[in-house]
Order: sequence, then C-alpha cells, then structure tokens
Amino acid sequence: MYKFTISGSPHVKSDESTKKIMYGVVFAMIPAMLVSIYFFGFQAIRVLVLASIACIFFEWIIQKYLIKGPSTINDGSALVTGILLAFNVPSNLPSWMIIVGALVAIGMAKMSFGGLGRNIFNPALVARVFLLISFPVQMTSWPKPTGFSKGLTDVITGPTPLGIVKEGLGAGKTMSELRTETPSYVQYLVGQTGGSIGEVSAIALLLGGFYMLWKKIITWHIPVSMLGTVIIFTAILWGANPEHYADPAFHLLTGGMLLGAIFMATDMVSSPMTHGGQLVYGFGIGVLTILIRVWGAYPEGVSFAILIMNAVVPLINQGFKPKRFGIKPGIEIKS
Amino acid sequence: MGILKTFALGGVHPKENKLSANAAIEVLDPPKQAFIPLGQNLGAPSKPVVARGEEVKTGQLLAEASGFISTPIHSPVSGKVFKIDNILNASGYKQLGIIINVEGDEWMEDIDRSEDIVTNIDYSSEEIIDKIKKAGLVGMGGATFPTYVKLMPPPGTKAEYLIINGVECEPYLTSDHRMMLEKGREIVVGTQLLMKALKVDKAIIGIENNKPDAISHLTELVKNAEGISVQALKVQYPQGGEKQLIKATVNREVPSGKLPISVGCVVQNVGTAFAVYEAVQKNKPLFERVVTVTGKDVKKPSNFLVRIGTPVQQLIDAAEGLPESTAKIINGGPMMGKAISSTEVPIVKGSSGILIMKEEEAHRKTESACIRCSKCTYVCPMGLEPFLLSRVSRVGKFDIAEKEMIMDCIECGSCQYTCPANIPLLDYLRLGKNKTGAIIRSRGKTA
Amino acid sequence: MESIILIAVAALGGVGFVAAVILFFVAKKFKVYEDPVIDIVEEALPAANCGGCGFPGCRAFAEATVNSAKENKNIDGLNCPVGGNDVMQEVGKILGLEVEASAPLIAVVRCNGTPTNHPAKVKFEGATSCTFAHALHGGEGGCQYSCLGLGECVEACDFDAIHMNPETGLPVVNNKCTACNACVIACPRDIIELRKKGPKDRRIFVSCVNAEKGAPAKKNCQTACIGCSKCEKVCKFDAITITSFLAYIDFDNCTLCRKCVEECPTNAIWEVNFKPRKPKVDRPASVVEKGAEKVVSKEKPIPLEISVDKDQPKKENKENNNKENKE
Repeated sequence: MYKFTISGSPHVKSDESTKKIMYGVVFAMIPAMLVSIYFFGFQAIRVLVLASIACIFFEWIIQKYLIKGPSTINDGSALVTGILLAFNVPSNLPSWMIIVGALVAIGMAKMSFGGLGRNIFNPALVARVFLLISFPVQMTSWPKPTGFSKGLTDVITGPTPLGIVKEGLGAGKTMSELRTETPSYVQYLVGQTGGSIGEVSAIALLLGGFYMLWKKIITWHIPVSMLGTVIIFTAILWGANPEHYADPAFHLLTGGMLLGAIFMATDMVSSPMTHGGQLVYGFGIGVLTILIRVWGAYPEGVSFAILIMNAVVPLINQGFKPKRFGIKPGIEIKS
Repeated sequence: MGILKTFALGGVHPKENKLSANAAIEVLDPPKQAFIPLGQNLGAPSKPVVARGEEVKTGQLLAEASGFISTPIHSPVSGKVFKIDNILNASGYKQLGIIINVEGDEWMEDIDRSEDIVTNIDYSSEEIIDKIKKAGLVGMGGATFPTYVKLMPPPGTKAEYLIINGVECEPYLTSDHRMMLEKGREIVVGTQLLMKALKVDKAIIGIENNKPDAISHLTELVKNAEGISVQALKVQYPQGGEKQLIKATVNREVPSGKLPISVGCVVQNVGTAFAVYEAVQKNKPLFERVVTVTGKDVKKPSNFLVRIGTPVQQLIDAAEGLPESTAKIINGGPMMGKAISSTEVPIVKGSSGILIMKEEEAHRKTESACIRCSKCTYVCPMGLEPFLLSRVSRVGKFDIAEKEMIMDCIECGSCQYTCPANIPLLDYLRLGKNKTGAIIRSRGKTA
Repeated sequence: MESIILIAVAALGGVGFVAAVILFFVAKKFKVYEDPVIDIVEEALPAANCGGCGFPGCRAFAEATVNSAKENKNIDGLNCPVGGNDVMQEVGKILGLEVEASAPLIAVVRCNGTPTNHPAKVKFEGATSCTFAHALHGGEGGCQYSCLGLGECVEACDFDAIHMNPETGLPVVNNKCTACNACVIACPRDIIELRKKGPKDRRIFVSCVNAEKGAPAKKNCQTACIGCSKCEKVCKFDAITITSFLAYIDFDNCTLCRKCVEECPTNAIWEVNFKPRKPKVDRPASVVEKGAEKVVSKEKPIPLEISVDKDQPKKENKENNNKENKE
C-alpha cells in the first residue's frame, strides 16, 4: 500500500526561490564590482570582502545565539546587504568602521526587526547613514580613482563632483565655472570619478539593472519613476537658472543616484507592494533627493531620501491597492 | 498572427507537460462494480430512485434532482443495484452513493448508439434546455455547476455571447484537447444547440495557442456554422477561469461578486458542448466522460472514455499501472486539482484527469520568511494581495480579509505557485475564505 | 527678560484656559448616561474578555445583565462560564436577584484517534489549520470524524487550558479550563464538548464522534464507537442514547455507575479521575472465566487529564517557545 500525500492545490511550484533572487542580485552587481576594483584597486577588494564576510558573520551569530532559529545565511540576503554596504562607502574607509557598519546593518536594521522580510529600512542604507553621521570625515574623503598603480597607502583624496558643486555654489561660483572642475560625462559613465566604490560607474550599474529587469527580480516602476522625477525636477530648476543649478544629466550620473535607483530603492523588503505604490515611492525619493541635494546641508541625498520613503511604505501599501478585477475605479460595489 | 489575446491581470505560465496530447481517446470497458456518489454537482445532492437489488440498464435514471441547483444521475452501467451506502469520493469524505454490480452492458433503447452525426436541430430552446436538464449535465471542466441553470438567465439579464472554453490551461491535462480533435464536429453542433437554447447569435470558442492543431481543426469546422468563431489565445494560466476567459475573448470584466451573465456571457466547457450534443441529438444522458491519466513516471499517459463510477484504480491499470515512485495522486490538474487518498475513489462527472506525481515533485518545499517581493500580487488574476490576505487569515483578522476582498479569490493557486519563499498562501487564503464566508453568511441570517 | 517670561506664561495660560472651556462644554454636550450598576457588575466579572458568554467582552455582558435585570426582573440565560457559579451569585446579589446555581462545566475532547488506534494512511502537508485541513480531506487515518491534530483549539484557548500531546497527537484539557466555549467553536469537527465537571472531577463520556456504521468505523480506528448499543442496554438511568451509530451519554442523567465503561467492546467510553477498579473486573482471568471469546484487554485508556495536569503545561510551554523561535 502506498502512503500518499494530501495537500491543497497547487501541486506544482515554480522554480523561484529566495536564494535565486538574492544571488540574482549579487550577479547583477558584478559589473559594478569589477569597475570599482579596476578604479580603486586592492582597497575596493578589501572593502567588498570585509563587508560581505562581516554581514554574513553577524547574521549567522545573531540568528544562532539571539534569535535561536535555523541558519539563514544561505539565502544570500546577508551577502547582498554586505556588497551594498561596501558599494556605499569610500574605498579608504578603515576596516573597523566597515565592521561597525555591518553590525549596524545586520544587527540594528535587519535582525532587530525579526530578520529577513520584516525590516522597514534598507539595512545597507541604515548602516551608511549611521557611518556618515558618526564618522563624517572618513566617510566623505573620497580617494581619486587610481586603480592598482598606486600602493595601498598612498592615495589622493578629494571631494565628489556633487561636493565640488555644492561647495562651489555656496562660494558664489557659477555652474559653468564648476563644470570645468568636475569630470566629464564620459568619465561619469565609465566610473572615473571620486565616490563610494559602487556608485561611480553608470554603465556598470545600468547593466546590472537591465539584468535584474530581464530576470524579473525588479520591475521598471521604481527606477523609472525615481529617475524620471529627478530629470523633470532638475530640468525645471536648470531651465530657470542654468548658472545656479546643475543640469539633469549631472544629477543623474553623479553620486549614488543610479546605485540608489537600481539597487537600493528596489529592495523588495522595504519597497511598496503594488505598481501604483512603487510609482509614488519612486516619485517621493526623486523629489526628496533633489530637495536635499539642492537646498539641504549634505551634497548627497539619495540615501536619506530612500530611508524617509522606506518609513512611508506601510502607508503607501495601505493607500495603493492593486487594480482589482471586476471593480471599476471610483465605483463602490455594494456587497 | 499578431498579438494574441489574453486576460489583463496577473497570470503565470507553469510548465505545460502535456504528455498525453498525442494519445487518442481510448474507450475503457465498464468496471465490475460501479460506485456512483449521489453528490456529483455543485448544489444539492441527488435523491436515489432505485432500490437495492433492482436491475438497471445503462442510461437509466438512478437518482433525481432534489432542488433547483441539482441534477439527476443516470446509471453508467447495466446490472443490479448492490447497495446504497457511504462511499469514499474524491473529496476524501464518505458520501452516500449507489453501488452497482455490473452485468453485461445493456443500454436503454431510446439512446441512439450510431456513429452518425446529427446536425439538424429540430428542437426549440425550451426543449433543448429540458433535455439538458433531464440528461443530468453539469459543467465538465471540474466545477460541476448544473448546465441548465446557466442556460436560463435570471430575469433582467440577457445573454449576448456564448463562450466555449477550450482553453485547458491546466498543465498535464489533455482531455479537452483530444475532444476538440476527435469530436470537433459534435462540439460544433453542441455549440449551436447551446446558442439556440440561450437565443444568442454569437459564440466564441477560446483555445490556447499551445494547441495549434485543435485551433486549425475547429476553425475549419466552424466555417459553415454561422456566428461561431474560434479565438486563439496566448498561453496563460488561469485563462480557463470563467472571468478570465470572458476578459480574454470579449474584453468584459465580470463585476466583483456577480455572475458572467451580468456582462451577457455564458461560458461552457468543450466537454459540456459535446455532452449537450449527445444529450439532445442522441438522447444519451451524461454517464461517461473523457479522463486524462498522466504523470511523469506513468508508462502510458492516456486519454480514456470512461463510465462514471469507475474506480480510479482501473484507469491507472489501463495506463499500465501505478509507478513505484508514486507519492501523490491528483484528481484534476496540478494547479487546482484535489489530492486523493485512495485509488478506490470513483470517477465522477467533474473528473477531468488523474495526475500521478512522483516522490520528488509531490512534496511541499520548506517555508521561509516572506521577502515582500510582491510577486504574488503581480500574478493574481483577480488583483488581490495574497501575501496580505494569507497573513490576516493566519492571525484570524477576517474583518480585514473581507475588506480586502478575499471572497473574490478564485483559488487558482498562481500566488502559491510563484512564491519564492514557498509560503502556503492558498492554504491560508482558503482558510480565510472559509471563515469569512461563514461570518458573512451568519450576518445575512441575523440581518 | 521678565517680559518674555510673562508673555510666555500668559500665552500658555490663555491657550490652556480656552481649551479647558471648550472641553468643559464638549464634555457636557456629549455626556452619555451609563448606569453605575454596570460598573459594579463589571467589577465582579473575571475581566477575561473571552467572549465565552456570547458577548464581545465583560463590559458588554455586564450591560446585558443589567438591562435584563431591569426589563425582565431576571438574568436567565446569561451566564459567565469563566466565573462560574460564584461570580453569577455575586452578580445576582448586586442586582438583587436570585440566580439558579449551575453545575461547573469543562471541555472534553471526544476522540481517541492516536497513531496506534487510528494509523495514518495518507500524509497531510500544508497550513497548520484544522479548518483548512477539514475542508481538504477526511483525515490522515481515514476517519472523517477524527481529530485533525493541528491545534486550532489550542490557539483558540485564552486560558492555557488545552495543549497538544505530541505522542497522541490529540489535544488535552487541563484544570485551567473555564468552559468558555472557545475551543468548541474553533473545532471544525465538533469533537470538543462542554460537559459537567462532575463530583471530584469524575466524569464518563463517549470518546468518539464517528457517526458511521460499526464496520467502517472500526476499520479506521480501534477505539471507535460502533453503535452496538450494548451500553444503551446496560444503562439503567436512560442516560445513553444512540443516534446514527453513535452513543451519547447525557451527563444530566448519568450517575457515574461505570457499567457502560465495562460493557463497551471498543473502549470508546472513558471514565476519568475514578479510583482504580476492584481487581475482579480488571483481571483478564475474569474475562476468560465468563467464557466470552473476547480477548480485548480491559486495560482502560489512561485518564490523561489527571496524569498530565502537572507536567504537561510545562512541557508544552517549552515546545511553544521552540515553535516561536523557529518562526
């Protein structure tokens, strides 16, 4: 006699899995990783490896001794957080700060909420903002991209293009003067500019973005709405006074804009669940980013904007329901 | 061919695995003992009209309808009524049924057993509906809703379209596909009969694009039939759901909580159309149907024409036995079918297939944490939020579940199929629907 | 400097005053009169808000009793199962009414489908919800009346009074039970029933709800009630009735004589918290002496309800903790 299994339908399952999604994201980050290693050399490898290992280690130890649950390090989410954290810091950040960052990301922003899927904020961004506020000097001295040519110790640091523009405008310079001090658009696209190790190369990030779109890990809604908002908003400002405001392409290509739009804002856990909500979420991030960049105290606003919008996500989820079948919008059906 | 039509929201595309698509329909001998459960339709079970020890012929009335939504049952075999007792049916529960010891195969005299296809329709609309009602027809797609009820639109509504469901979006199953290939002409006549019964002049046969032979065959056949067209559809599960099929073919949305007739559509399965043909033109009540027996390890995946009441075991034997690796037997397709606990379960009017799953694919994967990827929301054909509904059902907040329209769930299983965290979403949705439905009903009583 | 302080004080004071005036009038205007007796009655209630009385909470129950006392001069039909007799007497005293004493009740699980008695023929996989499993299939062992063992009754209990026994896969009620009816409602198969607690916690009940005929019932489960009506015949007090092949003992008529327990051929009738029987009945030899061919051992099922009282909750708690951690 056979012992059959009884379970509810469906009896088949797609080959989707959390692991597959997470390693898909890791795969999509490979181009950006390679570019960062090319430009920042051994330092980039150090940051990447250290951040990943630290995140996985903290996840394992917290899961084992504090939460006392089954190990979750195999699902790849800690690795994603680790790489994203590395992407968000300068290549010359001291090792102990990276470890502190990893602890904040995994311990404070992720596991204290109950682990994967329950965190409100993007763990890597929480860690980045924590580090930025705690160690502003180290977090804002950006090594110039030199690759492997220089040694491990001798690096030239300088501000990011956004920093130059912010400071310059504050000092009364005009945009046309400042554009001569900042790298060209081609350099932005390739990644030959100062900044956090993952954010420099627009092309590598876009490559990863297209891969994730193709694999249906992300949908187009958040990046398009966020970047679209930034372009429109900055175009209005730029049209009003080109000498005082940077042009849309500059905003798009500098800082963590693309990294944020493609890898950070689209984080499944901390973004809204419906397409309508995602459009609103992207719009909110775009507006907040430019507000902070143009009028705020920091030259860079993507991480703050994403974190603020993360906090609004539960509200967005309440307000933006998917289009229901058989319900005409605006018409209440009496039950 | 241009862009193929499909429904608007959600949907998934599971591996088709139509292993038995090329297996012609085989006629299976009647069983030695037939088990005929009395509840074979959605609604009230039928009332037996035969007694123990009585001789019955094939096609003779065994049980009559007992209410508006109920159908009569006819004997699928000839022989002697052994007893009327509880028998295990596909739901896993014992239910009152008639057990007949088969002797020979003597049919009722008024059944036309010739192979000729009768194309002339000389019945009025009422006569057709009456014949369908008396023949005990139910929806053959699996929902087993009495056919005649659908053919009588409630006052104030009028049917405009008849939609014949040849989608067969469930993976593995091929019974409808084979029917369309082998019984195409009968299906077209059946469609014409249904059109006449409904007094509509437009009928659409919807077929998914993975059955090009069926599409071309039926397109050829409907050339001379006025008002009937064949619509090729993009392969997308659950296109065979009534609401989805209406959206895909005539682009109308059935409002929440309403029936398809509210947008002027009536959907019938191709199997039902064939049964209508037989009932009206050949006087043959519904007592046999085509059942697919399939599975990755099944030696001979086949399509059988079997009598109602045949134990599943006999079908499996005809498909060269139950494989060693069997871990689950499903009555129906893999997306919506029901796992059965024993091979003694009989085939009923709504059984479309027997799917045998092996050990490796039969078990659920371990559940992990929801990563809020919202894939369940993207694939839900009803535009619901399965992650939310299953969570509130799990913790018993059925008021929220009701507000978030849990009752609109069609239980297609797309959400659970796609969930990367292997969460049993549909299990909890069913729980929520069950409890919410009870709350709504009790409110209806008190109000 | 001083003027700033003064302005601040004046401004804050002014705001406070205006708000106070508004609040005063609002409170007057929207004041709802409530009978102070309701508060007193509510005080007397256990404040468990379990809903066992049929009202959404203790407050609602208090309101209902006060209204009923006012309108009907009695509070018949209203009963707080948690507080039991004492509380209802107390409430009666507050309202100046006589309240009939009612016997204390306890939840009783009427299934003995342990893995040995009712071996599994299929394996269930899926959500741990009895309601869902009930809708899906008849039960792992084939008895469609059996306990599904997924613990919806345990979740429903607010009083930590019902736990799953991991060995038998059946729920066990302990003495914390307040007869609030929550588990009875939660069970999709109506296995749990509220019965009289009985003198010294002694009670006799049929531990089966299988309404099938004898043979199919016995096929799936060794201890199923087969409806043989032996107990009905032996009972002198008309306490046992048999409907659709299932015996039921009416606890109002039952005198706890235990004759039916001895008579039952499948050990489906349970006695709980009785002293061990005199050896005459228990000795297997006596069965043989009677000349009957039944080799059924007269070993009675262990009265789980007392034996587990002390240890079980702890064990279960530990288990629950583990479960939570896993989640």
